[in-house]
Amino acid sequence: MLGIPTQALFGQLLIGLINGAFYALLSLGLSVIFGLLNIINFAHGAQYMMGAFVAYFLLQWAGLGYWWALLLAPLVVGLVGILLERAMLRWLYQLDHLYGLLLTFGLALVIEGVFRNEFGSSGLPYGIPPQLTGSYNLGFMFLPVYRAWVVVFSLVVCLATWYVVERTKLGAYLRAATENPALVQAFGINVPRMITLTYGFGVGLAALAGVLAAPIYQVNPLMGANMIIVVFAVVVIGGMGSIMGSIVTGFALGVVEGFTKVFYPEASNTVIFVIMALVLLVRPAGLFGRTA
Amino acid sequence: MSGPLRLAFAAMVVLLVAAPFVVYPVFLMKALCFALFACAFNLLIGYVGLLSFGHAAFLGGAGYGSAHAAKVWGFPPEAAILFGTLVATLLGAVIGALTIRSRGIYFANVTLAFAQMIFFFAVQAKFTGGEDGIQAVPRGTLLGVLDLRQPYVMYFTVLVIFLAGFLIVYRAIHSPFGQVLKAIRENEPRAVSLGYRAEHYKLIAFVLSATLSGLAGATKALVFQLASLTDVHWTMSGEVVLMTLLGGLGTVFGPVVGAFIMIGLENYLAQLGAWVTIVQGAIFVVCVLTFRRGVVGELGRALRTPL
Amino acid sequence: MTIARIVVLTTVAALMAAPVSAQISDGVVKIGVLNDQSSLYADLAGQGSVVAARMAVEDFGADKKGLKVEIVSADHQNKPDVGSQIARQWFDTDKVDVIVDVPNSGVALAINQIARDKGKALLVSGAATADLTGKACSPNTIHWTYDTWALANGTGNAIVKTGGDSWFFLTADYAFGHALERDTEAVVIKAGGKVLGKVRHPLNNQDFSSFLLQAQASKAKIIGLANAGGDTTNAIKQGAEFGIVKGGQNFAGLLVFVTDVHALGLPVAQGLILTETFYWDQNDRSRAFAKRFAERDRGIHPTMIHAGVYSAVTHYLKAIEALKGDDGTRVIAKMKETPTDDPLFGKGTIRADGRKIHPAYLFEVKKPSESKAPWDYYNLRATIPADQAFRPIDQGDCPLVKK
Repeated sequence: MLGIPTQALFGQLLIGLINGAFYALLSLGLSVIFGLLNIINFAHGAQYMMGAFVAYFLLQWAGLGYWWALLLAPLVVGLVGILLERAMLRWLYQLDHLYGLLLTFGLALVIEGVFRNEFGSSGLPYGIPPQLTGSYNLGFMFLPVYRAWVVVFSLVVCLATWYVVERTKLGAYLRAATENPALVQAFGINVPRMITLTYGFGVGLAALAGVLAAPIYQVNPLMGANMIIVVFAVVVIGGMGSIMGSIVTGFALGVVEGFTKVFYPEASNTVIFVIMALVLLVRPAGLFGRTA
Repeated sequence: MSGPLRLAFAAMVVLLVAAPFVVYPVFLMKALCFALFACAFNLLIGYVGLLSFGHAAFLGGAGYGSAHAAKVWGFPPEAAILFGTLVATLLGAVIGALTIRSRGIYFANVTLAFAQMIFFFAVQAKFTGGEDGIQAVPRGTLLGVLDLRQPYVMYFTVLVIFLAGFLIVYRAIHSPFGQVLKAIRENEPRAVSLGYRAEHYKLIAFVLSATLSGLAGATKALVFQLASLTDVHWTMSGEVVLMTLLGGLGTVFGPVVGAFIMIGLENYLAQLGAWVTIVQGAIFVVCVLTFRRGVVGELGRALRTPL
Repeated sequence: MTIARIVVLTTVAALMAAPVSAQISDGVVKIGVLNDQSSLYADLAGQGSVVAARMAVEDFGADKKGLKVEIVSADHQNKPDVGSQIARQWFDTDKVDVIVDVPNSGVALAINQIARDKGKALLVSGAATADLTGKACSPNTIHWTYDTWALANGTGNAIVKTGGDSWFFLTADYAFGHALERDTEAVVIKAGGKVLGKVRHPLNNQDFSSFLLQAQASKAKIIGLANAGGDTTNAIKQGAEFGIVKGGQNFAGLLVFVTDVHALGLPVAQGLILTETFYWDQNDRSRAFAKRFAERDRGIHPTMIHAGVYSAVTHYLKAIEALKGDDGTRVIAKMKETPTDDPLFGKGTIRADGRKIHPAYLFEVKKPSESKAPWDYYNLRATIPADQAFRPIDQGDCPLVKK
């Protein structure tokens, strides 16, 4: 079919879904932060990179492996994110969103520059944890166990986050606090603290994606810079403010990219932007976006 | 032009005329091209309030146009620059028409999307030379008389181009057209209700901004005698934002000052390697937090006169 | 001493010193090391090249010979306009006489033109494009260390001869990636092998699973990586994940440096086949150099780029000493006339088209169990003699070569 054997096509489709799951997880943190806090966090890529590096450090210096990293890296980087928010971001809430974008863009440059200075640009090795090595023979392809893990884990985290934000009381408070902070504060809820913790949570999600990426992509100071604009595209297409939107778009992007890699591979990094332009022309607030 | 502005303009011209005898001319020419680019960008963000994250498409697209015209078609420099600028105008018209209805972060993203597509085209197209770029672009003889290979001749040509662009931006802002733009930025629905077709005005401003960015890019290609992918890469769009922010959004001289500072820093820090991006990032952070009006903005505030 | 004697002796001394400094511009030989210090190529060239240049100047004994040598360096950030502006400033105002290293073919080509226009010298160690000794050859440039043709020829030929006769290419969609693929394909076919397929990926691509799947489906024995830097290391790492090597296929790294292998780690990189023109553990002299280099560069062992800078600067200084002058065009001509000899590349020559000739080596990355220390990564599989390692002089379309 379409010039390549069906078996191969299935393999590519599966790969596409796996990548899509990863994109969804990667965009989740950004979506939470923008959706709930109206902050455009351009430092997301740098925080993703920090997550991978923390995983590397935990292994090198403390002998703590992957499973520890999954728990600790988001906490560590999330904490750094909280410090950032307290020290710098909160002064910008009254201003145009774009100042937040510029600040976090600057922070990303600084963080990436410092890491590059210290660790060079070739990257550092990080292996797949022993429990997840090997592959499943699916007939039409060999699926590495680790990749299967990536899909499952990403799906779980994405759905759990969506559920918490959209379907629980905590999430409701959060959403109310963004819309009308004064009113929610009057009810006795500490709005600034909630905002800070939410930002930390979003950053932690970025770092979590970083840990997930460390065994398959080189742990490299440039790893965030390479994909930050793609992640932004996913969130924008999904609609800024819609968590389900970015999850769905993440998966969809993975599949579309997967097909592009088969039929027009050179364009696989650019196809997302074509889609973004098309979507924004037809629906200026994104697919599931709330306000323009 | 008001008194203080006229004084500042005169000071700027005098400095720029004297500079090449003291400072290395190629450095100055680079700074002038970027100053023009920043002025053009400032028109859009400072006066219309639209943050475009895709202006590199105009700078680089025009650069490729003028380089190709000069090297392969043998155009004289004035025609090559004109051609490059027209390429940018065309790109600006097309992209502008498609994006002008968006606003805020969406506008930033959709302009970025188009710029990425232009980048992809630049990588794929044969004539651009991929990552090697178009090399050995001849500077030629301006109007058949002035040999642009002489550094001072080239410098003063670039200076004239810069001043022309600068004055065009100034005129656009300080005119009825500019007033309408300000009204749109302050309160678009009200401007529309007054009968102004806001989108038309925004589009014109966008195309003007793209054209002047193209002029900067086309000139730069001749100064360096090369056109490369760096000029269409999205980080270039980020750099012009930084220059304009540092200098002062919405000020007349801000972009010029910002460009000179940034290019100067890049030059000075080149010896130190990785520190360039760290310092640039730190400047971004400091500017946004404490220095939001930029150098010229703060200066203007201190002197109580808009600069 | 009487005053008269002092005057006479001083005059004689001045007269003796004068010929040396009168023809060396402003009395100082200024060497500019221009490369990428902050992104992709910072590890394989970067600060290490500056260290190598300094070591060359010291080992040459410049001080004892009365030659004043200064070294400056700058980061071109992989941008041709930044590189070209620095080069112009260096040549025009900062009195730099020669620029060395310049990884990134786009930048190297730009500087090649500038050096030619201004009559200065350029010694390229980092860049790969074989055009520097082909269509873009210049009387002011010498291309040291390696080029795309040598890599394609070394790796392609040697692999086919040892049984790797069916290939699948994974190519970076960039001019140099295409060039590497094209040159290697030509070599493979000429040596009797087959190319079963190819796929072009965008530069700085993160995920290779889709392309690796296509490579696996082709059942080619060898997967040729016509890319560099992060793309190569990501492809190899993910290849390990997808069991490429376990499935019986091998990767051929067409542009891999020892720093890339270090970044990957041996468990992932083992079995990789690549061509380099220098390895720090080749012989006692290279080991001694590596030891001194590592002390000065954070424990990193020298790549062939670093070795190339050392060798080029050494030969350059010898030519200056012989010529007693540092005019770019004349020094390059002198360097071409003189055979080279240094502890790292041994004896070699420089051709009329500016190509430095020395042997190339086919290496295979060791298994973790075979490696006794960090940086002990390569087994030597084959040596390609100097006269076969580089493109024959008449095939390059270099205008300097008389047909």
